Amino acid sequence: TSDGAAGPGPGADMQWCFSQVKGAIDDDVAEADIISTVEFNHTGELLATGDKGGRVVIFQQEIENKNLPQFRSEYNVYSTFQSHEPEFDYLKSLEIEEKINKIRWLPQKNAAQFLLSTNDKTIKLWKISERDKRPEGYNLKEEDGRYKDPNSITALRVPVLIPMDLMVEASPRRVFSNAHTYHINSISVNSDNETYLSADDLRINLWNLEITDRSFNIVDIKPTNMEELTEVITAAEFHPLHCNTLVYSSSKGTIRLCDMRESALCDKHSKLFEEPEDPSNRSFFSEIISSISDVKFSHNGRYMMTRDYLSVKVWDLNMENRPVETYQVHEYLRSKLCSLYENDCIFDKFECCWNGNDSVVMTGSYNNFFRMFERSQRRDVTLEASRENSKPLQVLKPRKVCAGGKRKKDEISVDSLDFNKKILHTAWHPQENIIAVATTNNLYIFQDKVN
Amino acid sequence: MSSETPESDIQGDYEAEKQDSQEKNASTMKVEEAKLKAKYPGLGQKPGGSDLLMKRLTRGQKYFDSGDYNMAKAKMKNKQLPTAGPVKNLVTGDHIPTPQDLPQRKSSLVTSKLVG
Repeated sequence: TSDGAAGPGPGADMQWCFSQVKGAIDDDVAEADIISTVEFNHTGELLATGDKGGRVVIFQQEIENKNLPQFRSEYNVYSTFQSHEPEFDYLKSLEIEEKINKIRWLPQKNAAQFLLSTNDKTIKLWKISERDKRPEGYNLKEEDGRYKDPNSITALRVPVLIPMDLMVEASPRRVFSNAHTYHINSISVNSDNETYLSADDLRINLWNLEITDRSFNIVDIKPTNMEELTEVITAAEFHPLHCNTLVYSSSKGTIRLCDMRESALCDKHSKLFEEPEDPSNRSFFSEIISSISDVKFSHNGRYMMTRDYLSVKVWDLNMENRPVETYQVHEYLRSKLCSLYENDCIFDKFECCWNGNDSVVMTGSYNNFFRMFERSQRRDVTLEASRENSKPLQVLKPRKVCAGGKRKKDEISVDSLDFNKKILHTAWHPQENIIAVATTNNLYIFQDKVN
Repeated sequence: MSSETPESDIQGDYEAEKQDSQEKNASTMKVEEAKLKAKYPGLGQKPGGSDLLMKRLTRGQKYFDSGDYNMAKAKMKNKQLPTAGPVKNLVTGDHIPTPQDLPQRKSSLVTSKLVG
């Protein structure tokens, strides 16, 4: 069903325009500048990015420019800070990267904004607050901060708050560390607004946002004998509405739904989502390409979406034996798996996202292409994030990849695709048709064409 | 009487089409698998393999090899210390790592280029 009245309409006739691009133009990309996560907050007013250098940049949506109504909004820098630093665990001889794996916003409770950011080992809760007033007229201090000689004071006055230029400050309020032996791949805030989960390759822990010295293990798939290891956890998320429900995906292409009311340790799943595969169709690559790189619940909580190497699948939570929808992202890569294994691209972890009313899903691909699939009308489009298409309000032209045979004009052949230009992270504004697409080191913002 | 195709027929068509595409996909992948095995004959029999999983779990692990270190020390006894080769992380018995060779561990103090 499509709610024409509330929220964005179906994407079939939607045209996307370039809005903004952030980042350096030059091709020489420093490792630190590689964008590793992109996330809108719950209202869409704020857009956060994390990078390999451990830095977070937050953009804020400016209100409509009344002189130029066709520009619905612009995102400008609001705050930036160093979230994580590189570390070396001397005890385990382990190098810990500062790369930000995930950022998740907390719903806003007061004037300040809060987000969780995580690297491989440590999660941090950051408070971002505004200061637009400062006190003036202290009795015991000069304006520059020096203390007055108390004997020189002859009269008392009441300090006043005077306006000042807006200052946005980010401060770490909690550090959640030492709870993960393996590399953290996911964090997810619970709808109860009190707890959140963090997942690594073999375990999922539950935290209280207020308590940093304790966390509860809720899923543990580590075998007693590591030789028997057959699968790892690749992503995990809490249900958006039911605080007792979470899902986690695996490297074998399965998704397990767990109910925390059933037991303290949710090793036994409540539901197992798996699409059966004919054993005779198996190849060396089958398991690798079935590994799920991302799992996301729909906003309404009725569906979940998974991303594996070649496709996006939508699952109805009430049906475990197969997905209700399967969308091919770049099926033409199936005949290139050998070289994609050799250059490690087969291990790339693409993410996926829903639009605000769950009618369209989006994911990235190679050559700076990204794909949108409109669910009810079964229409899909391939678009490109590139500097060539970055004139203000320029409408993006759909792209087409030629899998083989005669290449039509404007099509690009599979062998010409640039596999170093990958779009792994995309995000969709929760209410409007504004999307954020991250190439290796640039952030593109597109919006739908306002007529 | 309804003129619509009975649901069981539609289901049957869906299953048949799915089976066809699955078989086509399987043969494409088997061709790719053959290419890979031709290039790397020693590649493990296990599909995917827990080798890949173990590699994933131990990412970031740095090992100090005392054998390598002592061999290098012995070789270097009467010679000048050679400069690091192009691949700085590879220490394989004829080179002693120095602090200059180790990858930079300091975090970026430069503001992100996204800030413009």
